[in-house]
Amino acid sequence: MSLLEVNNLSTSFFTRDGEVEAVGDVSFSVDEGQVLGVVGESGCGKSVTALSMLGLLPKPGVVKQGEVLFKGRNLVEMKPDDLKDLRGKEVSMIFQQPGSALNPVYKVGAQIAEVFKLHTDLDKKERNVEAIDMLRKVGIPDPESRAKSYPHEMSGGMAQRVMIAMALSQDPQLLIADEPTTALDVTIQAQILDLMRDLKDNSNTAVVLISHDLGVIAEMADRVLVMYAGQVVEEADVETLFSNPHHPYTKGLIGSIPTFGDVRDELDVIPGVVPGLIDPPDACRFAPRCIARIENELEICTQQAPELIQITPTHQARCFLYSEESANG
Amino acid sequence: MDSEKNNKPLSPKAALIEQLASNEDLYLENPASVWRIAMRRFFRRKIGVAGTVIIGFLLLVAIFAPYIAPYEPNQVLIGIEDIRKRTPPCIHILDCPADQPQHIMGVDGNVRDVFSRIIYGSRVSLSLGLSTVTLAIVVGSALGAIAGYRGGFVDNLIMRIMDVILGFPAFLLAIAIVAVLGPGLKNALLAIAIVAIPSYARVTRASVLSIKEIDFVAASKALGASSTRLLLTRIMPNALTPLVVLGTLGIAGAILEAAGLSFLGLGAQPPLAEWGSMLASERNQIFSSPYLVIFPGFAIMLTVLGFNLMGDGLRDALDPSLNE
Amino acid sequence: MLSYIVRRILLTIPVLLGILLVTFLLVRAIPGDPCHSMLGEKASEEACARFDANNGLDKSVPVQLGIYINGIAHGDFGESIRFSRPITQILVERLPMTIELSLAGLFIAVSVGIPLGILAARKHNTGTDIATMTLANIGVSMPVFWLGLLLAYFFALVLKDTPFQLPPSGRLSAGLSSVPFYEVWGWDPGEGGKAKFWEFISNHEIFNSIVTAQWVIAKDAIKHLILPAVALATIPMSIITRMTRSSLLEVLSRDYVRTARAKGASEKRVVGKHALRNALLPVVTIVGLQLGALLGGAVLTETVFSLAGVGRMVFEAITARDYPIIQGFTVVIAMGYVLMNLLVDISYGFLDPRIRLE
Repeated sequence: MSLLEVNNLSTSFFTRDGEVEAVGDVSFSVDEGQVLGVVGESGCGKSVTALSMLGLLPKPGVVKQGEVLFKGRNLVEMKPDDLKDLRGKEVSMIFQQPGSALNPVYKVGAQIAEVFKLHTDLDKKERNVEAIDMLRKVGIPDPESRAKSYPHEMSGGMAQRVMIAMALSQDPQLLIADEPTTALDVTIQAQILDLMRDLKDNSNTAVVLISHDLGVIAEMADRVLVMYAGQVVEEADVETLFSNPHHPYTKGLIGSIPTFGDVRDELDVIPGVVPGLIDPPDACRFAPRCIARIENELEICTQQAPELIQITPTHQARCFLYSEESANG
Repeated sequence: MDSEKNNKPLSPKAALIEQLASNEDLYLENPASVWRIAMRRFFRRKIGVAGTVIIGFLLLVAIFAPYIAPYEPNQVLIGIEDIRKRTPPCIHILDCPADQPQHIMGVDGNVRDVFSRIIYGSRVSLSLGLSTVTLAIVVGSALGAIAGYRGGFVDNLIMRIMDVILGFPAFLLAIAIVAVLGPGLKNALLAIAIVAIPSYARVTRASVLSIKEIDFVAASKALGASSTRLLLTRIMPNALTPLVVLGTLGIAGAILEAAGLSFLGLGAQPPLAEWGSMLASERNQIFSSPYLVIFPGFAIMLTVLGFNLMGDGLRDALDPSLNE
Repeated sequence: MLSYIVRRILLTIPVLLGILLVTFLLVRAIPGDPCHSMLGEKASEEACARFDANNGLDKSVPVQLGIYINGIAHGDFGESIRFSRPITQILVERLPMTIELSLAGLFIAVSVGIPLGILAARKHNTGTDIATMTLANIGVSMPVFWLGLLLAYFFALVLKDTPFQLPPSGRLSAGLSSVPFYEVWGWDPGEGGKAKFWEFISNHEIFNSIVTAQWVIAKDAIKHLILPAVALATIPMSIITRMTRSSLLEVLSRDYVRTARAKGASEKRVVGKHALRNALLPVVTIVGLQLGALLGGAVLTETVFSLAGVGRMVFEAITARDYPIIQGFTVVIAMGYVLMNLLVDISYGFLDPRIRLE
């Protein structure tokens, strides 16, 4: 059994303008010690998937169907109190904006110590010692005095290290990292990724790494989930995905990374933006932006919604290019 | 950028992309105009609608006062009707004997029909609220615009003066100003406008500062537009949104302050039918004839509530930071 | 932090000077000549000459300003025309009433307004929220003097001879008077300014009667203060309720609140420890500004409830054209307001670590 198994998860936001299906029928699994990369443009439902898993959805958001099995227990149906005890201890999360994810009015040491207060029986003194110890582990110099800093006195990289220290303080089995390096400078990004990899290797923690940055995914992930407009459009192990992408969207994403030394006339870009998700039509959600659809003159794309198609046992893509009908026709 | 693109021969792929982009977006809504969205948001909120209904009702009452009021506001009924001063409300459909003259809100200490006075009082309060705020906005936004646009010494001087005015509790300063100028409706209006000026100056200055550096203003400047012209045609329209919100709430405050000044005998003078002074002249009768206090006070509260609700609704609708 | 405090204080100085200048100019702006407008049209030549000399009006305007500021710096606010008494003495007698009333109003506004705001935010979009916000909107629109009269009518007349009956006017019931604490304790209050100071302190009726265990008086004074304090508190309380609610709602959607939940904190802890402290920061500023509404509203409240505070004194002074009193009281209350806001700003610096750096 996998450590985490997400089956047919659908999440909607009920707004005044109608129901917005941010995540539709998403399934995946993560094994112990494995890193699953989730990639896609902003607004494609990556973060909502993560928040749905831990019951952290913001207000009009509701998990409509599906289950999130963590060690066989369904988190979606778990009582709030039990879920609370699990969060921060067995499953933790780090977020995109480390600056705003830390509470501005408390010292960072106290914010880390709070996790020990919530999940252990340590007394105040011991908690502070542990907090400083965690700061040291995530590579913050002079942790004793840094513990007394407020978040606004730290750089983004430092703050993200604090977040990681907080997330990993109880040795969780699963870490959900939502765009952990997006807001950071490139050099700091590399440091944070190195840190995460070291910590993961030492503790066998499984990681769900959410990013729009294929470079980050390529470096960190074992398997990759490509999401578009709330749906999984392709899933494969990392080598396959980069060497043999199938879905036109994945191809577009990979094509839009500039490579050093590769002189090209133009950078491949995907035209348009992710569509709104109120009442999605019964069609391929990527069709309006799909060059392959025009090149191959596929009519079906705007008439019918494609299913995930098994390319190999470990590789699937949601595209009519690979379905029986279009192969035959 | 566009022209650059057009001059370059398109690669096949780029042509495809352009074809896609020029396609009618299959799933995207056309973006509605900012004002239409704001209007829609305003009317979706109960609070703004409630305020608008109250204000609309009061405006109708004020406009058609002569048709609604059964008596002249200052008409003393001695000798006209057989009625004594401070007669309680008499409503015929509510079991008041038909041989008694009907006064649905009673008769005051000078034997005048309270209902008629309340109806006419709406004219005083609404025009007073509107004119003080208009005066304060005109002066305040002019000062704020000059301060923000000029900067430097002028800015400092104007804003320090505004700080001093804000240093006083507003109502107290208004009292002091009227005390010096002499009691009366005009002086009360002036005093309330003066103490309100700093808020409008601050808001306008902030808007001007934030807009000043934006490209289109800089571009107009480069094209040689004069400062005054820039301020009036480019900058002020953009400062309008916060002023509209603040002004609506300001009317509520102005009406409340004016009623307070009149209550102290500093604003409207008898026999003018003004709610605050109606209340003041009968306040010692609260235990014997409470209706003479209840009705004018309720009218003040309702009017102020209307403008407050409308202002809140406008703020919710116009402030993009509250966008849901 | 120190530099923040120093900067705040330095910013306050020009405002204080401005207040002095404005109050000085106000009286000079009286239409016509001050003597006749204050002493009346029939004042004789000699009386006017004496009046001008007494008030320094025979000197040049800058010199007059100097005299004015120098006087205030020494606690001398001039002399009342109607009572021919030093204004400082009247302040010693009258100001404590206004201070007690404003503090009671502030206490009610904060201690009811903040919990109500929290309640409404926690029950966002429910009946409780809508009811609270409806009441708050009505409260913001409430004419203080009207509410005061209604409260007086209800609690003094309708509830007469019930345990809830409350007195509609005055500071103490007739026949009651308290003994100053320095007399109870056998202290020597000293002479001159020192004596004035102790007298000023002992004129805080509730404070004085509680520290000296004069319980009958304390109870009576508190009973008399309830209605005016509630009337005065209504507008600030409603504003604080609305502010607390919207601020808490906003904070609850912030990233760090999500972080607190992700850590495994209980909902109670998320709201009480992580959200509330941040949500109350803007409320602190609003509370400071509401002091102005309280002090301004005190004039109306004291008039309605016949309380002998400075507010009612201002009202009486206007009718009597006693300009020095208006001037003296305005300057004292405005300076008190500015200094209170300075305190609020400084305490804000302690509450929000981000401010200290600026």
